[in-house]
Amino acid sequence: MDKQSITLTVNGRNVEFEAEPRKLLSDALREDCGLTGTHVGCEHGVCGACTVLVDGRPVRSCLTYAVQMEGHEITTIESVGEHGALSPLQQALHEAHGLQCGFCTPGIVMTFQAFLAGHPDPTEEEIRDVLSGNLCRCTGYQNIVSAIQLAARHMREGAAHVAT
Amino acid sequence: MKPAAFSYFRPASIEEALEQLASLGAGAKLIAGGQSLGPMMNMRLATPAQVIDLNDLTELAYVREAGDWIEIGALTRHYQLAESPVVRRHCPLLAQAAQTIGHYAVRQRGTIGGSLAHADPAAQLALIAVTLGARLKLVRPGATRCVQAGDFFVSAMTTALEPDELILSVQFPKAAPREAAAFKMFNRRHGDYAIVAAATTVAVEGAKVQRVRLGLGGVAPMPRCLDELTWPFLGEMPDERWIWRLAAAARQAIAPEDDARISALYRQELAERLVARALGRAISVLHG
Repeated sequence: MDKQSITLTVNGRNVEFEAEPRKLLSDALREDCGLTGTHVGCEHGVCGACTVLVDGRPVRSCLTYAVQMEGHEITTIESVGEHGALSPLQQALHEAHGLQCGFCTPGIVMTFQAFLAGHPDPTEEEIRDVLSGNLCRCTGYQNIVSAIQLAARHMREGAAHVAT
Repeated sequence: MKPAAFSYFRPASIEEALEQLASLGAGAKLIAGGQSLGPMMNMRLATPAQVIDLNDLTELAYVREAGDWIEIGALTRHYQLAESPVVRRHCPLLAQAAQTIGHYAVRQRGTIGGSLAHADPAAQLALIAVTLGARLKLVRPGATRCVQAGDFFVSAMTTALEPDELILSVQFPKAAPREAAAFKMFNRRHGDYAIVAAATTVAVEGAKVQRVRLGLGGVAPMPRCLDELTWPFLGEMPDERWIWRLAAAARQAIAPEDDARISALYRQELAERLVARALGRAISVLHG
């Protein structure tokens, strides 16, 4: 199948490249957009490592073709935090030892970036239900759950602080 | 794990989608959420020559009341089923089951039309459609028709959809006033397909059972509706003994097959337990 021109809006920037329709969004982000923060694990929607946001909602980028995403807003891990200024969720993962090798972390950050925006005060059960879609082979999950609880608390306190 | 080459079509209207489906023929495949088709294509279990993307047909994403029924557009996502106030109020069984599909990210993307058309024998939405006697509205160029869920599922991964036909919407009956619903499933890992799943609604009149709907998934190539089985149990008090008698009857009524990993006996025992748990849950909601 011939390559065609595809324009994606990633982290607020338009990126144009040539690719076949079968090009996965995960591969397009890494190879054509130069954004290698999105990791590729299982490539069939099980591990959650490649999770990005499409119009603000978490999506497996390995189950999405780049060509489908024209006209949608894609958000990747590269848009979260800055060097020297981690996002509250990243900071909490750091403080609570919520990662070891870090391979699964971008997918977890993107998943909970979306979840915590809509659920500022989640129960542990809700956190574990959502986290079940992201495989981590290092941590045993306990510290990830703690980190998400910590991040939620910091974000709530931050919001309350802003509100006053 | 990359899909085989395909050409891509992105219709802007239902009419355009139907024209493309009719003209492209059997090599074309409709894609909605892609949460089942995507993995199958990545693993090359599916190699469509053309992919027709339905995601721009946002007119097919809705939940609305229609008299004694609720009508749900085919492009409605699983999270919308789980969160919709209309679904939660009038069809709580559907909302409960939708909340258990796959994982959080999968529910953001997967659609009711896609799940029903895929017809996985273990899928939640197929089971709920059969249990509640849902009606599917199908369209092809120049014609629409209505099909009962029980007639829609022909076998595992096989439906009554014609090659040039797509699902427009699905209608579910509204719950009766004194009726409670429960969905119970068992899987090895959170988010996996169920090995066996049970869905039920129990309606009472006074203290006695007036109507039971009962469905089982994972015990046959397609979901089983066991309503007839419940008829001798109507008009009784739904106590513990009643629950276990009905659960035992459900176990007797199914004949799952052995497969490489799961024995028929295990599925039967799971079915009995899950039916009992679902009935118990529904009855405790009624008493609650």
